[in-house]
Amino acid sequence: MFKLESRGHDSKLLAYASPLFAGVLTLICGSILFVLLGKPPLETLYTFFILPISDLYGLSELGVKAAPILLCAIGLAVCYRANVWNIGAEGQLLMGGLVGSWAALSLLDAQGMWVLPSVLIAGMLGGIFWAVIPAYLKTHFNTNEILSTIMLNYISLNILLFAVHGPLKDPHGYNFPESALFSAAQELPILFDGTRLHLGAGLALLAVVVVWVFLSKTFVGFQMQVLGKDARSAHFAGFKDKKLVWLAFIICGALAGLAGVSEVTGPIGQLVPNISPGYGFSAIIVAFLGRLHPIGILFASLLMALMYLGGEMAQINLGLPLAMTGLFQGMLLFFLLACDIFIGYRVVINKRKPTRHIEPAVLSNPSGASTSNLAPPVSLENK
Amino acid sequence: MDINLITNILYMTIITGTPILFVALGELVCEKSGVLNLGQEGMMLMGAVFGFIVAYHTESLLLGFTFAMIAGVLMSLLFGVISMHLNANQVATGLALTIFGSGLSAFVGIDYIGKGLEGLSKSNIPLLSDIPVLGKILFSHDILVYISIMLAAVLYYFFKNTRAGLIVKAVGESPESSEAIGLPVLKVRYLAILFGGAMAGLAGAYLSLVITPLWADNMTAGRGWIALALVVFASWRVERAIIGAYLFGFMSIMHLILQGFGVSISSNLLATLPYVVTIVVLVFLSKNQARIKLFAPVSLGKPFHSNR
Repeated sequence: MFKLESRGHDSKLLAYASPLFAGVLTLICGSILFVLLGKPPLETLYTFFILPISDLYGLSELGVKAAPILLCAIGLAVCYRANVWNIGAEGQLLMGGLVGSWAALSLLDAQGMWVLPSVLIAGMLGGIFWAVIPAYLKTHFNTNEILSTIMLNYISLNILLFAVHGPLKDPHGYNFPESALFSAAQELPILFDGTRLHLGAGLALLAVVVVWVFLSKTFVGFQMQVLGKDARSAHFAGFKDKKLVWLAFIICGALAGLAGVSEVTGPIGQLVPNISPGYGFSAIIVAFLGRLHPIGILFASLLMALMYLGGEMAQINLGLPLAMTGLFQGMLLFFLLACDIFIGYRVVINKRKPTRHIEPAVLSNPSGASTSNLAPPVSLENK
Repeated sequence: MDINLITNILYMTIITGTPILFVALGELVCEKSGVLNLGQEGMMLMGAVFGFIVAYHTESLLLGFTFAMIAGVLMSLLFGVISMHLNANQVATGLALTIFGSGLSAFVGIDYIGKGLEGLSKSNIPLLSDIPVLGKILFSHDILVYISIMLAAVLYYFFKNTRAGLIVKAVGESPESSEAIGLPVLKVRYLAILFGGAMAGLAGAYLSLVITPLWADNMTAGRGWIALALVVFASWRVERAIIGAYLFGFMSIMHLILQGFGVSISSNLLATLPYVVTIVVLVFLSKNQARIKLFAPVSLGKPFHSNR
């Protein structure tokens, strides 16, 4: 029989290798699935993972898709490092998009350099607002943040639907549930002509650097990680744990809100009911896949964005359902959790059970005192 | 107020509360054994989609419900292997189960969106269902409503009066001591997890085969998560879970009721009610940590590495 045995320490190498193993296992399982669906596996994999990024436009689309995921995942990583189980990036993203759109629509006729920053800040404030609710409930009432953030996800989606069907609906939009188109002054500038790659991707990269510095070089970042590793130590060290929890939520809310507002002012250009195909949930997977490290998360978000693009490509070219992407994401997370076991444990093969034997052992007292003959005979059994 | 309206409201309350009751009972048993499975939503979705597909092709609701339970059990088995045998974090594994379930169910159900079938018919209990008002509210439901209540009664007895129930509780309180006195901790926990999976699958199928006999992506709409909150609300007691389930059932049809009274609030805003209420309830409960500590299984959510 196989048995798991503790390594005694975590394997650094496997901590980095485990996401790769998980990726490979997902690909293998995916290929089997393609065969079962009657599609040639290699060609399908090619359509899924190579074709979408085989030209410059494809690469720019990868950046467009990765930006919101990256922003959310970076924010979530800060929370998870502080052991704050924020599952609410999706709701915070939606709120950011909603409040940002409201600001943009109120400033529809305004011109000038200040318009876009105001809209972005409004979006971030929207995300922060939605994130401090669970922070307040957790620090004042000990309310479990997993359940509260999930409920807030559902609530924010319904508020968004209410807004696009009601107050923010375009009065000249033939009753479609969409807002008016934003003006040019409110749209995020395009980084490269001929693509849709917008400034949001640049902001996301900036967030990677800022959060990296914050976590690894600042005292507050250090305190947050101590809190996450061992809340008692943080408490005894005199760290203000409640403030740290608030800060973690605020950082995540701001980044997720920014993700939302840069979706509506970037590729979409107006408020629509479905501004996110679950970016906030994919970001959870990305955060874990990237080992909660900003650089790791950067790569993981590109992979996740590729899965979204590949899903669309496979739908167009091969008629595979778009839900394939969600399935791949779920598999990836599962394989990652399974592979992560081997960071702390190794597999040993149990040899035949040793036969029972009794050692005529008389344990000598370590201190060498004359009480040794009082020690009871010890039977060393190997269970 | 019209007596017919009240009758209908209470009648609908029981129907919408039933799937929540099933999930909550499954999760309650699971948590009693010390395992926190956050994957209820994913297991429900799998139950809903497989129940619908099987019932659609075989035209047998019984087979539909059976396969829904099997789907839930298989999902929970996945959770069991990863969280029990591979010692992964139960919270992360549960979340993964939900993400996986929502992806897989959307994938499997892609060809069944927009198709309908004939849902489970109501079975009036003879004589009792003829009682005015009460007969309609309590005794003219489909059979699963009665099964859910009977199940609750059985579980109540199970935890109160049986040795097996005591073992489940012991494993949840202290797996180390339980193992030391020779109880099969892992086996007990596996059984509890699988039971939770079966119940979540059944609850999912109740949505897709009884309440609205069709399949739609993510049709559970957070009921699995509400059930998790409900277990806390019930302070891990079966009898309180029944009350809680119907309370949440009532909340989730509240927007229909208010619209019926001509309240002109957007239906989208009213649809947030069950989630808002869940948060409010959680806040009130968790304010009193001492109470939660008193009732919650001590080892809930903590990994346990068997020494055998």
